Amino acid sequence: MAASSNPMIPLPYRVLRFKQETHDTFTLLLEPANGHPDFAFLPGQFNMLYVFGVGEVPISISGDPAEPNLLVHTTRVVGAVTKAMRNLKPGDRMGIRGPYGRGWPVREAEGRDVVLVAGGIGLAPLRPTLYALMENREKYGRIVLLYGTRTPDDILFRRDLKDWGGEFDLEVYITVDRAKGGWRGNVGVVTTLIPRAPFDPHSTVAMICGPEVMMRFTVQGLHKRGVPLEQIYVSMERNMKCGNGFCGHCQYGSLFVCKDGPVFHFDQLQNWFDKWEI
Amino acid sequence: MVTKPTAPSVGPLYILDRNDLDSLLRVLTSNGFTLIGPTLRDHAVVYDQIESSRDFPAGWSDEQAGGTYRLIQRDDEALFGYTQGLQSWKQYLLLSHLKLWEARKNSKEYQLKEEPLQREKTAFIGARACELRAMAIQDQVLLRGPYADPYYQSQRERLFIIAVECGQAGGTCFCVSMNAGPRVEAGFDLALTEVVEKKRHYFTVRIGSETGRKLFAEVPHREAEEKEAAAAERIVKNTAQRMGRVLDTSDLKNLLYRNLEHPRWDDVAARCLTCANCTQVCPTCFCTTVVDSMDLTGKQAERRRYWDSCFTLEYSYIHGGSVRASPKSRYRQWLIHKLATWCDQFGESGCVGCGRCITWCPVAIDLTEEVSAIRESESQRR
Amino acid sequence: MKTHEPQLTEHPFLKGLEPRLLTLVTGCASHVRFNAGEYVAKEGDAANQFYLIREGKVAMEIYRPPEGVIIIQTLSDGDVLGWSWLVPPHNWRFNFRAVELTRAFAFDGTCLRNKLEQDHDLAYELFRRFIPIIVQRLEATRLQLLDLYGEQS
Repeated sequence: MAASSNPMIPLPYRVLRFKQETHDTFTLLLEPANGHPDFAFLPGQFNMLYVFGVGEVPISISGDPAEPNLLVHTTRVVGAVTKAMRNLKPGDRMGIRGPYGRGWPVREAEGRDVVLVAGGIGLAPLRPTLYALMENREKYGRIVLLYGTRTPDDILFRRDLKDWGGEFDLEVYITVDRAKGGWRGNVGVVTTLIPRAPFDPHSTVAMICGPEVMMRFTVQGLHKRGVPLEQIYVSMERNMKCGNGFCGHCQYGSLFVCKDGPVFHFDQLQNWFDKWEI
Repeated sequence: MVTKPTAPSVGPLYILDRNDLDSLLRVLTSNGFTLIGPTLRDHAVVYDQIESSRDFPAGWSDEQAGGTYRLIQRDDEALFGYTQGLQSWKQYLLLSHLKLWEARKNSKEYQLKEEPLQREKTAFIGARACELRAMAIQDQVLLRGPYADPYYQSQRERLFIIAVECGQAGGTCFCVSMNAGPRVEAGFDLALTEVVEKKRHYFTVRIGSETGRKLFAEVPHREAEEKEAAAAERIVKNTAQRMGRVLDTSDLKNLLYRNLEHPRWDDVAARCLTCANCTQVCPTCFCTTVVDSMDLTGKQAERRRYWDSCFTLEYSYIHGGSVRASPKSRYRQWLIHKLATWCDQFGESGCVGCGRCITWCPVAIDLTEEVSAIRESESQRR
Repeated sequence: MKTHEPQLTEHPFLKGLEPRLLTLVTGCASHVRFNAGEYVAKEGDAANQFYLIREGKVAMEIYRPPEGVIIIQTLSDGDVLGWSWLVPPHNWRFNFRAVELTRAFAFDGTCLRNKLEQDHDLAYELFRRFIPIIVQRLEATRLQLLDLYGEQS
């Protein structure tokens, strides 16, 4: 999408709509401000988002890849930039650089069962994948989403999940870490959903996104169930200052999360995944 | 001007008399080049803008060891008789402080203005083999990835390099171990070897590029005789045999990959101050950070890029904390990046054996020693 | 329970139990069902049963003023419910309440406790099956403790 040959120059985008998703998570819908062309992105890619004068942060794209005229980002408020983003109104400008990174294995998963395991805000980087899978539903076997979040109030994209469940034969299992009495769903960590989820482990491609600890135990749980490690993909997160492979900050072992990731085939991570402070 | 390592120059060896060196420098200035070369300042050899050979540290050498740097006087008037100073040429290519752009806000919109790229022609006088290798390594990182750094590229493109082969090895040098010197192989326009004899002071010169050939043609010179070539050869060979350090690089990447949890890391961590000196003096370290700021009116913003170091806590900060909180993890990150993961990332080692990190570490941590310790303990366990 | 034995014996929890021990265990078993909202057990009650859930969902609840009732965990198809019957003073530590219609096998804890005392082979086999489940629950609970999706993460 970059119109400038200088990869450090953001392109101006205009806020179309602000949507509060949960108490600390919101979605921004953006469109190009200067009439520059729409851009294509792959599910799993991210942009560097700039708020005038405040700073820049890497955030995964959470929209539909089949709708390139609309740029969608869902994020939690975690620092100065995301706090400033929460105060944006329709018409406000943001600077966008991207899309960067390697995406989810939507193509590789064709002909197989697909299991997506999302933890918390991790559902946002997976949503474009869900759109892409639904777009070509007949190319996939069973599609199962295991989604864990803190409480029922933190469940993201409720309506999407319900619609997909009904219309596109997406099996959604949700669990929360705690709930008030009256909740009729599951309570427990997301790994507890793995043993009973309806998929064939041997022919499944698994895509996991969430806090690192959750991903680590999820990989173990899937592997225990019989999913070969080479069919598991995870999305990593590290500090980023450029998104282009220059600043060095996002290094994770020998990998640059910005250009070798953020989606990684588990094989690539074998040296690093279980090492502390790496 | 060379941006890619060229094949080793084959061709005649020339002689440039010491007194004609200034003619060469004048040819460069008259062709619009700004000269950067070694000078003396604050009891050290530093790179700075120079006018003529009078600015070089004639007759000076240096003594280097772990955490030690000292200038010492030579008994001759060699112009390049020192090893290297704390800086590398990196400060002119990957600028330590660079404004990228500024933006002006107008109600909801803002107009962005890019800073113009460097257009100045620069000549580096006295680049060593290890430094040329370091430039080639940084080229790989900053120019040949999925994106090219346009700022680095424009600095790099307008460069004329006069390389100098080392006539003495430093106390912390190990370029031989890294196959990065002392002989200058590629990446230069002209390569000089300084020969100081009782009655004569001259340079042997190799041509490394078309621009080098053109500019050198304007300076008095002649072809070298066999004994002159032999003298230069002897000097470089001598240097190679007197390296201050050795690094065993056999299977080094895998050695370090196998020992990510070795107790030696705790040992180093007890000494390391995470002061980041090593990353500043290292000619291949390339990490930067970006700072966005705004003036008090809220209408003017800018983005600047600065050198950064993996030794800081902020470097690996993601919401909640730093991934590498302990000094141990930060030292380990630096070392395994330099000597191991760099190989997987860029196809070569990140280290050129210049020894600056050893010389300028306030507590004299020596990475050749750290690697040795890990290697030895492994062979003991077997 | 003879007519129910095949379903019971197929249950992963009892798989591999030798016929003699199986008969001992199934001798203490019965069918139960709980409607949505019904309590399976209440905190403080004497714990003299454990359950193998066949299908349905049971919530483990705790009352925490001023918030009220909090659900800490849910158990469903195939899960084992209750081990307080094994551990003195044999009291339920939490409330267990069916979230939806739940069918289960119930085991008479008093009856089984006596058998365990006499038959150490039986004791070994039962403990061998309970321990991995407890370990798994503990691990899952520890992950919950981390509050992975909370403010800090």
